[in-house]
Amino acid sequence: MAADYDLKVWRVNVRTQTVTKESVPASWERLGGRGLLARILLDEAEPTCEPLGPKNKLVFAPGLLVGHMLSASDRLSVGAKSPLSGGFRESNSGGSTGLHMTSMGIKALILEDRPSDPAFWTLYLSLREVRWKRADDLVGMGVYEAAPRLLAEYGNKVAISLLGPGGENQLGTAGIQNLDKERIPGRINARGGLGAVMGSKRLKAIVFDDEGGQKPPIKDPEGFKRAQKAYTQAVLAHPVSHTYRDYGTAANVLVCDALGALPTRNFSSGSFEQAESVSGEHMRDLLLKRGGDSNTSHACMAGCTIRCSNIFGGDDGRTIVSPLEYETIGLLGPNLGIADLDVIGRMNWQINDIGLDTIDVGAALGVACDAGLMQWGDSERAMELIAEIRRNTPVGRILGMGATMAGKVLGIERVPATKGIAMSAYDPRAIKGTGVTFATSTQGGDHTSGLTLRVKIDHRDPKGQVAASRTAQINIAGYDTLGACIMSGFGYATSPNAVRDLLNARYGWNMGDDVLQVLGKETIRLEREFNHRAGFTKAHDRMPEWMTREALPPYDVVFDVPQDEMDDIFSDLD
Amino acid sequence: MEITVRLYLTFRTGRFRTETCECPAGVTAAGVARRFAIRDADIGMVLVNNRQAELEQELLPGDTLSLFPVVGGG
Repeated sequence: MAADYDLKVWRVNVRTQTVTKESVPASWERLGGRGLLARILLDEAEPTCEPLGPKNKLVFAPGLLVGHMLSASDRLSVGAKSPLSGGFRESNSGGSTGLHMTSMGIKALILEDRPSDPAFWTLYLSLREVRWKRADDLVGMGVYEAAPRLLAEYGNKVAISLLGPGGENQLGTAGIQNLDKERIPGRINARGGLGAVMGSKRLKAIVFDDEGGQKPPIKDPEGFKRAQKAYTQAVLAHPVSHTYRDYGTAANVLVCDALGALPTRNFSSGSFEQAESVSGEHMRDLLLKRGGDSNTSHACMAGCTIRCSNIFGGDDGRTIVSPLEYETIGLLGPNLGIADLDVIGRMNWQINDIGLDTIDVGAALGVACDAGLMQWGDSERAMELIAEIRRNTPVGRILGMGATMAGKVLGIERVPATKGIAMSAYDPRAIKGTGVTFATSTQGGDHTSGLTLRVKIDHRDPKGQVAASRTAQINIAGYDTLGACIMSGFGYATSPNAVRDLLNARYGWNMGDDVLQVLGKETIRLEREFNHRAGFTKAHDRMPEWMTREALPPYDVVFDVPQDEMDDIFSDLD
Repeated sequence: MEITVRLYLTFRTGRFRTETCECPAGVTAAGVARRFAIRDADIGMVLVNNRQAELEQELLPGDTLSLFPVVGGG
């Protein structure tokens, strides 16, 4: 018989190579995912610390509802002080790591300190043992080659979080790659340079072996089953689930193009003349025609019924990359004047393999085009520049450090970034609520911290955008604390008590109807407090000045949400 | 009066991308959608001349109506 499920905080000192398992402090118990990361960093990390130094901590935390095969709710949050923003940063991903950590009873994994020796290591964690192994044979290797080697060594059932060469080189765009349920390393905690922090800790890979683990216990199994059923039915019934199953997130290409918000040629236009050729509609036709590995629908996490991921196959039916997503298409396609999905897919594969964030690399390449390092639409040159990032050449490092650094070095003012983090593929002048999010979120230019695309509002009118952004930011911070995907929100929104009932049934709590807001507000409050202690003020919650001045074609809009309105967005939480 | 209708995603299936149609004066966005057998409940976003609009909005000669099924974030 298995031992009782024992939820612990696992603390790893990467210098002394020791691992301790600690009981969960009371103030951490009711938090998970993003909210827990904020709590831990505020409690333990020095907010003024050097992000790549020994005092920063890198924390992995699955959300509160991970581990029960709830559709689209098994996400892993990773966080640290960001080398890009200098503030709190969380980035979450699908894949299998969150599920394995929960089976092993890991509430949070805290990586601290920094080795003095430059050698990289693989850390193997299981319930029976902890092993450290020199990763010399994997150093410099892309994730698509490194992952199968690790699986061959540690067994096919493990979960892995790993770096590509970008993380080893501590590039600001480096993320942490995780395996999807087919064990392909394409699910990335991409944003904010968390891979660089892991690189500073000299970990090439962390292997999670959940053998002997178990599903977390449920206090009220009947109540949980009822709530799960209501939620699953809501997800299945929601029309958005069907849209995403058929088209993936690439459904947004023509939506944003019509709104004049599709980043085109380094955010100099909001509409791309060849948008149809990079659209979700075109991608679906291509994949259905090509067959072979191609699949218009794919689940990145076990148990997901939305299946918004895809496998993008080439003319020969063989996989080019999986998945190919809207933000990647936007930043590597229209943003660079490139109109060929095959080319975008191949660039995506390379950037994944180096272990980088496609958004910040795409934005940096857009800046490079403006600086004359590349001509618009020259995909061969784009591939060469990506190869420079892999080889860690000076030019490669400038681009690999992200759009903000590239803009500074190359002398380009038109950098689409806030808090040092490149904007996702929604021009904030044409979707102003999302612009408010980019300006005021602790997370910088990231749509996942509060996209307002679905809000029924005139996106080009500055009125009402602060309220729209605030609601979106609080909701998503709540979902990020549960381990719920941005896509699950549609299901949760239409089964109003599901979050409350699932949490209460799982943990025996007595949370009220407003639990999602409570979690979301608490998360944002903690993050803002960390940033305040790190030296952030309202002056950091600003849109780049050029976006308030340069009118965006085709609708000639500037960003004109009043600053004082934005400054008050969370004044009640501070 | 002439209205240009643009359809996206699932709405294109069995229909078209862009078509110009002759509509009676005073027709609403919903009225045009019904003509192509698109149910109100399936419509996530309505744009008139590429600006967010309501289904009840009356259209004017020469307007472009874009209809999207429900979509969200990426």
